[in-house]
Amino acid sequence: MEIERRLLKKEALAGLVEKINAAGRKVHAPVCEGARVEFAPIDSIAEADLGYVQTTQSAKNLLFPRVERILSFKRRGGAMETADPDLSALPETVVLGMHPCDAAAIGSLGAIFTWDTQDAFFKARLEKLTVVGLSCAAGDEYCFCASVGLGPGSTEGSDILLTRLASGDFLAEIVTAKGKALVELAPELFLPAPAGADKDSALARIEKSFTREEAGERAKARFDDDALWDGQALRCLGCGACAYVCPTCACFDIQDEGTTSRGVRLRCWDSCGFPAFTIHTSGHNPREEQGARWRQRLMHKFSYMPERQDVFGCVGCGRCSRACPVDMNIKEHLIDLLEAKS
Amino acid sequence: MDELRKKARALLEAGEVRVVIGYGGGTGDRARAIFVREPERADELIFDGRCRQNLAIYLTRREVKELGKPAIVATLPALKTVLQLAGEFQIAEGGLVVLAPGADGSLIEFKTFADIEKYLAGAASPIDPAEQAEMDRVRAMSPDERWKYWLGQISRCIKCYACRQACPMCYCPRCTVECNQPQWIPVPSHELGNLEWNVMRAMHLAGRCVDCGDCSRACPVGIPLYLLNRVLIGDIESNFHQRAGMKAEVDYALSTFHPDDRENFIR
Amino acid sequence: MSDANVYKPSVMRIEKITEEAPGVKTFRLLFNDPEEGRRFSFKAGQFGEYSVFGEGECTFCIASSPTREGYIECTFRQAGRVTSALFELEEGDTIGFRGPYGNTFPIEEWKGKNLLFIAGGIALPPMRCLIWNCLDRRDWFRDVTILYGARTVADLVYKRELEEWAARPDVKIVTTVDPGGETPEWKGKVGFVPTVLEGMAPSSENTIAIVCGPPIMIKFTFIALDKAGFKPDAIFTTLENRMKCGIGKCGRCNVGPVFVCKDGPVFTYAQIKDLPAEY
Repeated sequence: MEIERRLLKKEALAGLVEKINAAGRKVHAPVCEGARVEFAPIDSIAEADLGYVQTTQSAKNLLFPRVERILSFKRRGGAMETADPDLSALPETVVLGMHPCDAAAIGSLGAIFTWDTQDAFFKARLEKLTVVGLSCAAGDEYCFCASVGLGPGSTEGSDILLTRLASGDFLAEIVTAKGKALVELAPELFLPAPAGADKDSALARIEKSFTREEAGERAKARFDDDALWDGQALRCLGCGACAYVCPTCACFDIQDEGTTSRGVRLRCWDSCGFPAFTIHTSGHNPREEQGARWRQRLMHKFSYMPERQDVFGCVGCGRCSRACPVDMNIKEHLIDLLEAKS
Repeated sequence: MDELRKKARALLEAGEVRVVIGYGGGTGDRARAIFVREPERADELIFDGRCRQNLAIYLTRREVKELGKPAIVATLPALKTVLQLAGEFQIAEGGLVVLAPGADGSLIEFKTFADIEKYLAGAASPIDPAEQAEMDRVRAMSPDERWKYWLGQISRCIKCYACRQACPMCYCPRCTVECNQPQWIPVPSHELGNLEWNVMRAMHLAGRCVDCGDCSRACPVGIPLYLLNRVLIGDIESNFHQRAGMKAEVDYALSTFHPDDRENFIR
Repeated sequence: MSDANVYKPSVMRIEKITEEAPGVKTFRLLFNDPEEGRRFSFKAGQFGEYSVFGEGECTFCIASSPTREGYIECTFRQAGRVTSALFELEEGDTIGFRGPYGNTFPIEEWKGKNLLFIAGGIALPPMRCLIWNCLDRRDWFRDVTILYGARTVADLVYKRELEEWAARPDVKIVTTVDPGGETPEWKGKVGFVPTVLEGMAPSSENTIAIVCGPPIMIKFTFIALDKAGFKPDAIFTTLENRMKCGIGKCGRCNVGPVFVCKDGPVFTYAQIKDLPAEY
């Protein structure tokens, strides 16, 4: 559909949250938690922090929870009975104030869960999620959305995208039918947009250091350059912080809990950076060194996903670099990769 | 800093070490670990207040060990870690060069572990006032309040294992959480899994933790793990008169049996 | 749920347990729901996720032939948490099964060719499915040769079937054990599989080679086959990467742009040569 432009007065945001809550939907928004900002459920707009640069964790938990029940089982008499979780009980949810990088990440995450075999859990959650994005007025040295084909005002993945104008009011771009349905909850709040509403001047300036296509081609071309990958990864500790805060990382583990007569099967986040991720029972490990695991992370995002799922696996949010205990800076390493002599 | 760079260059040029594990500039005003292998790159080394990571973490890492004999730029907690790792037979005297730069630009090169012991015996280990205030606040809580406090903190844990990976004393090739016959610690990051994981890790470090604080700094969701560690450090000290990282020989309190050990806690 | 829960296993009953070797068992499994059993079909090379409820899932190929309908079999070595739990089960117990997953051996394209099967250790199961499948369609092929090796005589699996195959005039079978693994009664060869293969001097003429085994055996067998003149696209193998989901989501078996669970487990040597050596 064609994007419709409306004006949402700054004081109308509170009313919008009330209307959404009144309609029985849950609202998640960035909330300040001490030194960090995280997505959390809110009852009123006063709880939200819309001036944030980036949350520590992405909102992927809403679509791909860090622990999710995928089955329960119970022995009745001699027979084992299995049961699916009731996905119809999931609440309709609106995530408000998500930046364009995160909104775009939903497409990448979705590509993993819906290419070939369809993942009902992801799809059920996605169906019930409406994204009210918020353009970025500021970035930091970790942001690189412009280098991965996005920008601080990209509408990709948002159902409605808000941009705070100089006046403090929001330009609301209604991007999808879901967005339109949300507007219908409070149509009186969405005023006609002034003809001269200048979105661009309200956006952060994010430098474009490379293109994602270049990054992918270069990573592929330098695949066998062990010195490069091992050198970059030498300080890497092999923890999962980067993968767990990433909005598109989707690797998971499946774990049973309970007894052999009654219990649950859970899907839990996992990370290709962990030394044990690929280890065989025999002890053989296909990716023995951290350099190979670091390469896998970059290759997966910039080469394998584009090749197999036709999407890039990085949206330039910079979370991995901010969260890294040892300052593995993905943007810097991608630039190094492009500059390294072949 | 000049002393440090000069020394690093000389060590590399003389072939006395193959790599200097030190600090260099990172993103923005961050410092990061760098691994200097060519003498001409010694000038990339820095040392100032930003240099907090305990670089002793790299002494036991396979990829770094493969580079050859290291020199390590050591902060006070890193010096303690060197002794503790020696006490646990993870590193040997002569297997590394230990360089401790001072804030004033001076540089001490420790020739022996005994020299480090002597140095540490006379060195103060200042505690961050904000951390001490949090410790006092949590200590003043009733057990109920404190339990709720920890459940709240631990509920944020995402089990990324940054705490473990950043910890120089967590060098086990296979962590308890990865042992699944039986599955001691639940893998999922739910309430029980998080609680058991963090308690287990604290217990495995009791008497071994040198209080470098890297686990807390590594935690992306800001769980104050140092509180758990410090309480246990205090308990070990008051019960067994031991403090990790002060000696290169370890008579580890929780795995050493003495016939005259107190048994009055067994009821 | 509009889409089906793809992680939900079928419940199967263990009809029969065979002890193959120390720590190695074969289960014959029947669907609890006969209707599910009738709907189920698979092809040689495919695998499944077998579960002990409460312990977890693990991945093995289907070791029985698709030509033997009504049941499936799996053969596994007791090693990790789930296989140890499986090992304790008895006939009549239930387990979970998801599958079949993955691609298949292109048997129909091999009509009129000689087949050379080369297997090592516990990797005979994926091959057994294929061997029976091919023997049940014996008239499709010309010479059929099987080379099977294990560490020791005790480690050879499917001993009765090895005898059965050896007794057939239309199958040539060579068994070998690693040096030191032989017993006084051992009548087969002694030596590593790639070495024995070289000694056999197989002709690559109109021949398809199928190789299953531990990574190190596969590596050296490829070299031996290459020397014998086999073209990379005439050599087939299965990759045994660690898997969890089996359906291209969990990321574990990702090697280069390939998901072993979706694009494999069957690959030609030509395909493998293009992949990073992360298997």
